[in-house]
Amino acid sequence: MQTAVIRFPASNCDRDAAVALEKVTGRKPLIVWHRETELPAGVGFVVMPGGFSYGDYLRSGAIAARSPIVQDIKAKSERGLAVAGFCNGFQILTEAGMLPGALMRNTNLKFVCRPERLKVETADSRFTKTYTAKSEVTFPVAHHDGNYFADKDTLARVEKGGQVLFRYLNNPNGSLNDIAGIVNEAGNVFGMMPHPERAIDPMHGGTDGINLFKSILETI
Amino acid sequence: MARKKSEMTPEIIAEHGLSDSEYEIILDRLGREPNLNELGIFSVMWSEHCSYKSSRRHLAKFLTTGDRVIQGPGENAGVIDIDDGDAIIFKMESHNHPSYIEPYQGAATGVGGIMRDVFTMGARPIALMNALRFGEPTHWKTKQLVSGVVAGIGGYGNCVGVPTVGGETNFHKGYNGNILVNAMCVGLARADNVFYSAAKGVGNPIFYVGSKTGRDGIHGATMASAEFDDDSDEKRPTVQVGDPFTEKLLIEACLELMETDAIIAIQDMGAAGLTSSSIEMADKGGVGIELNLDKVPQREPDMTAYEMMLSESQERMLMVIQPGKEKLAFDVFEKWELDVAQIGKTTDTGRLVLKHNRKKVCDIPIAPLADDAPNYDRPHVKPEPRPVLDAADIHETQDYNDALLRIMTSPNIASKRWIWEQYDRHVMSDTVDSSQSGGDAAIVRIHGTNKAVAITTDCTPRYVEADPYEGGKQCVAETWRNLTCVGADPIAITDCLNFGNPERPEIMGQFVGAIEGMNEACHAFDYPVVSGNVSLYNETNGQAIPPTPAVGGVGLIPDLHKFATLKGAQTGDTLILIGDTTGWLGASIYLAEILSREDGAPPPVNLSVEKLNGDYVRKLIRNRRVNAVHDLSDGGLAVAACEMAFGSGVGMALSAPPSGKRHGWLFGEDQARYLLAVEKNSVNPVISTAKAKGISATIVGTVGGNRIQAADAFDVSLDKLLAANEAWLPNLMAGDA
Repeated sequence: MQTAVIRFPASNCDRDAAVALEKVTGRKPLIVWHRETELPAGVGFVVMPGGFSYGDYLRSGAIAARSPIVQDIKAKSERGLAVAGFCNGFQILTEAGMLPGALMRNTNLKFVCRPERLKVETADSRFTKTYTAKSEVTFPVAHHDGNYFADKDTLARVEKGGQVLFRYLNNPNGSLNDIAGIVNEAGNVFGMMPHPERAIDPMHGGTDGINLFKSILETI
Repeated sequence: MARKKSEMTPEIIAEHGLSDSEYEIILDRLGREPNLNELGIFSVMWSEHCSYKSSRRHLAKFLTTGDRVIQGPGENAGVIDIDDGDAIIFKMESHNHPSYIEPYQGAATGVGGIMRDVFTMGARPIALMNALRFGEPTHWKTKQLVSGVVAGIGGYGNCVGVPTVGGETNFHKGYNGNILVNAMCVGLARADNVFYSAAKGVGNPIFYVGSKTGRDGIHGATMASAEFDDDSDEKRPTVQVGDPFTEKLLIEACLELMETDAIIAIQDMGAAGLTSSSIEMADKGGVGIELNLDKVPQREPDMTAYEMMLSESQERMLMVIQPGKEKLAFDVFEKWELDVAQIGKTTDTGRLVLKHNRKKVCDIPIAPLADDAPNYDRPHVKPEPRPVLDAADIHETQDYNDALLRIMTSPNIASKRWIWEQYDRHVMSDTVDSSQSGGDAAIVRIHGTNKAVAITTDCTPRYVEADPYEGGKQCVAETWRNLTCVGADPIAITDCLNFGNPERPEIMGQFVGAIEGMNEACHAFDYPVVSGNVSLYNETNGQAIPPTPAVGGVGLIPDLHKFATLKGAQTGDTLILIGDTTGWLGASIYLAEILSREDGAPPPVNLSVEKLNGDYVRKLIRNRRVNAVHDLSDGGLAVAACEMAFGSGVGMALSAPPSGKRHGWLFGEDQARYLLAVEKNSVNPVISTAKAKGISATIVGTVGGNRIQAADAFDVSLDKLLAANEAWLPNLMAGDA
């Protein structure tokens, strides 16, 4: 399986994502520069990494969402390409309109970095199928703008459609309904504020994140 | 240049911080009066900050060489060998004055500056640390300063994507008018691809890369070389503004270009900006430099040559490029969307020549700027030695539960979680241990290997104040001990020497004493100084800070299967204390927090005992004889046991003192001591081997349960004590958000 990690100016979890993908697939992902206009042929899974693309200027993820490569990824995702965004990657996906809702400043206005316990809401998704539903996992969070918001109707639709895949057990940022990670209606685009790619190594953050990569890669 | 009538009034010369005798040297070396640009350049190059004029002769005493030293002091940062062709490049630097005036930007640019010192040399930054000193918690300015400094450090480091893995934070009234913000960066390079700042060759192109030059930070180096007074807020415009986004692009672009052979020499523009970077490159390489200032990317219109040369705008680099590689360099920097310009060339004249608006605006010889920089032997006096206090004469608390609670919730012991949870500690995915565990040293894995560096910063200013020489020894010894606690071989240190006004003999006495003590410890441990920085004039209205020589230590864990933290204590383990306890309460936390006294001589450091005990503890870790290790420092045995209990999530029961009073036994701060949690069947071998080596090893308690206990003294709930320890700082900062 060929995977890819997109590199934006001031992405800073691109290497973390690449290490995680190589660990699970046994193959180095392609690193794709944001100015490319087309994904290389054969890429089956794309990660939008964490970081501070464009310094979070304007709004987190807003400028990166207008990058040439994102337009191609968006078009291909509408035809089924699997895409995941972690942290800043999640912010980019919402800014690009590939996931519903928005990520606002944490309610206490401070950056927060800590291991956070999450509930796997459902195992009935391409991104969580190797987890046990309602089980608990721990992923690190590290963000300033992780407060998930959506208007009432959107939120109801997301909840009703079973699109919430992870919830915080101890909400660190004020997210509505404790939402930590969501998938689009079609089930092929996923975003979460916590960092599963930093939870693949017993020496660093534990290994609860591995199943997320296994889940999606098994379905491609 | 046309001869003009004298423009230089005594006022202008004084405003530039130059003494009459310094100005005489300038007249002599130039053979004429300097123009304003030239005066400005001499002024910053001869400022305390750039020239180290009060400290140079004392810094020269330091041990700076060793088997693993690739580059000692004198470059942007120190370089050490960590085997397998890998090198670690590191340095610590102060940003005290700017952080007091404008805490967010002052701290942020401190982090940015120290990172540039490290990646300038070809290293990818892999870890950040910071050593912070604030005024008393109740002082009206403290909360705002803590909030701003922490947000600034986080805002910069988090964005650039380098984990902030540890540090230390103290509060003391001595910093009310002058906080300390010392930032340390550790980077990883290939030992055969380290970059230096010496310009070489003649006619080689000089490139400017990074942010545009603005009017921010003009004369920052001069500000950092003067005392504060009540009008210091007016100096706000001299504080620089940071842009971590550009820094991140600069790191990636520079490291990408460093993979080619395009760069001959490289230097970041730090204090004194374009002036000091160009002069240092030229001076080290023995060449001249000619710059056309019209080519400098400028943020504002109509900037003068004076402003451009003295601006401290951030995120800028200067490099000498291999002729013929200009296009390669342009391509890399343009890929990363950075401003880049070829602004000059190296020459064989040995002079700095500046052109602006087609006119020559500066033409001065470079050698005198460095060679003739003032080098003062300031008078210094030794402080009166303080009396050694006998624990038997010191009031013993009647309520040990209360005393323990007060100490565990005191400003210097309370949890700093509120601070470090605002720092990304995990980015780069190699943080094996960080502030999260409250451990002795951070552990950062070398990417893709099974080895790691251990990093710590330490200083106990109250000891240095009480006795600069013993206190200086202690700062170095504590870093060595903390690296040992995680199983690392301590390799080398960087230092950040924060003191008051060196023109006062008693301050200079602190400075000289501390350096001599530090140096003795460096020799005893074969633990050289490879980089550092001096920050003097830390005074407000004549009130100096406590002497604070912060030390950053780096060590190597060769095999990550063999390290330790304080988190591993298991129910049923035996607690063993390595090292002798006399019950030393002079200059202790107990004295300060329980009796509101700061007197007495500090605990002496016996360096040969330190070495003996530490080498033994490290060997026990390597032989996997211990489950958890913690050094004894502030607050002694009781605090060490509490911290180990917090980290391990299990209770501890300490036994009664073998002799003497309980307060000295529990809270005494004798040096060279470690607390070990050892499995039952390892206890006898650990103790008997220690005895055979002449090392003091005593069973002092057991691990288990959910209480913190000491025989005939305290007995408190672990959860409640932990909650109180965690609550102090959030309570202080409440309402800040």
